[in-house]
Amino acid sequence: MIQVRNLFKSFGRHAVLESVDLDIKSGESVVIIGRSGGGKSVLLKHLIGLLRPDQGTVNVDGENICGMNERQLIQVRAKFGMVFQGAALFDSMTVAENVAFPLLRQRKHTAGEIRRCVDRTLDVVGLPGTQNKTPAELSGGMRKRVGLARAIIYEPRIILYDEPTTGLDPIVSDSIDKLIMRVNEILKVTSVVVTHDMRSARRVGQRILMLHERKIYANGTPDEIFESRDPIVRQFIDGVADPEDILF
Amino acid sequence: MNDFAEKWIVGGLLGLGQITMLARETLASILRFKMNRRDLLFQIYSIGVKSQSVTLVTGAFTGMVMAAQTYYQFHKIKMDTGTLAVVSVSMCSELGPVLTALMVAGRVGAAMAAELGTMRVTEQIDALRTLATHPVDYLVVPRVVAAFIALPILTIEAMSIGIGSSYVVGVGLLKIDPAYAWWNLLKYSHDSDVFIGLIKSVVYGGIIALVGCYKGLSCSVGAEGVGRATTEAVVYASISILISNFFLTLVLEQLAISMNL
Repeated sequence: MIQVRNLFKSFGRHAVLESVDLDIKSGESVVIIGRSGGGKSVLLKHLIGLLRPDQGTVNVDGENICGMNERQLIQVRAKFGMVFQGAALFDSMTVAENVAFPLLRQRKHTAGEIRRCVDRTLDVVGLPGTQNKTPAELSGGMRKRVGLARAIIYEPRIILYDEPTTGLDPIVSDSIDKLIMRVNEILKVTSVVVTHDMRSARRVGQRILMLHERKIYANGTPDEIFESRDPIVRQFIDGVADPEDILF
Repeated sequence: MNDFAEKWIVGGLLGLGQITMLARETLASILRFKMNRRDLLFQIYSIGVKSQSVTLVTGAFTGMVMAAQTYYQFHKIKMDTGTLAVVSVSMCSELGPVLTALMVAGRVGAAMAAELGTMRVTEQIDALRTLATHPVDYLVVPRVVAAFIALPILTIEAMSIGIGSSYVVGVGLLKIDPAYAWWNLLKYSHDSDVFIGLIKSVVYGGIIALVGCYKGLSCSVGAEGVGRATTEAVVYASISILISNFFLTLVLEQLAISMNL
């Protein structure tokens, strides 16, 4: 369903991705792990066409999206939902307006249908009764839930999560993980989760990819990755710093 | 020094190219009629209604000071009654559109750059794109169309209040003969002066909205980036207005002469 081939991306002289190859099947739940600043979010943004590669291709359902202009990409993006690291809620709108936004833009539904759909989706993410709140009144975990509600309200086939549990306490992180699993189960979607939270990666992913030194370094089931004896994979899973990375 | 000059020239040309692409995309989107009427009305309110006080104060005091200055010079050669005619022509073809545009650039251009810049920094623009919404359709087009509509209306207000206040100062304070002053005003002010001012105001509206949106959409990450985008939006819009004013004046005045307006 999603195929990435020989992807290169650099910002100025700083290379972020080099010759990345990746296949994500329909209905699969894939987690991309790697160190901070290692290019995970950059790779995720290539999947939905928010960034253009310097070289290589990204195929979604057999269509190469790299050569498409912004208007052609709009058609492709209708298949995707994306949950941003900082939720990226529209701060001039209420929670209900944020969640209703994709349906309002489609101009296919009546106001009553949209209102009912918003109420139902907020129930799914565990935030009933927050319709009239503004994003500024919400906690970090609540914002991410609203971001998820906005991403799933139009029932996309692929959902991308950019660090969904970063900055949240373990209990809220756990609830977000359960929510992602629940969405996968209810909507039968393909999900791609970028994270460096290993607990979350193990619970959410059917397959884990590790990005290291600008390339996909490891690819396997959660059990294979967690039992790996490769020193680089082991170091990341165990969370041990290199001696030269220690500043003081 | 050569490196700096090269960087400056390349950066300038790149910016000019990008803003031209934005203008092309905006025009294409306007022609597709993809704009939401509610968004347009909100932007007309933001640009037009909220700029009333600043436009009226600017227009009134410009007209008043123009009347006083002109009177004191004309009084020396006994041409007091020509004062209001000079104010009228200046307010309609030059001061009204230019000063209104500069004030709106300061208020609205900065606000557009800050709003869109913050949206970019907080990934709200990316969120729009993932929700299958083109940022030009949703953010730029309502602002540009609203500026096209609001600027001429604001300019007419500035012209009217400028001429009105100059009449009050000239006749009420400086004791110019009202009948001759009014007669001269009507004799030397032409429809073409008003049309030239209105055409200019439409162009300035486009410049303010496009520069403000471009600076916001292309701002660099972080609070400093938003601050710089806001400042640059005002500076570049103001400079563009002043430069384009010269060329517009030459072209439009020649056109008015050739058409006997």
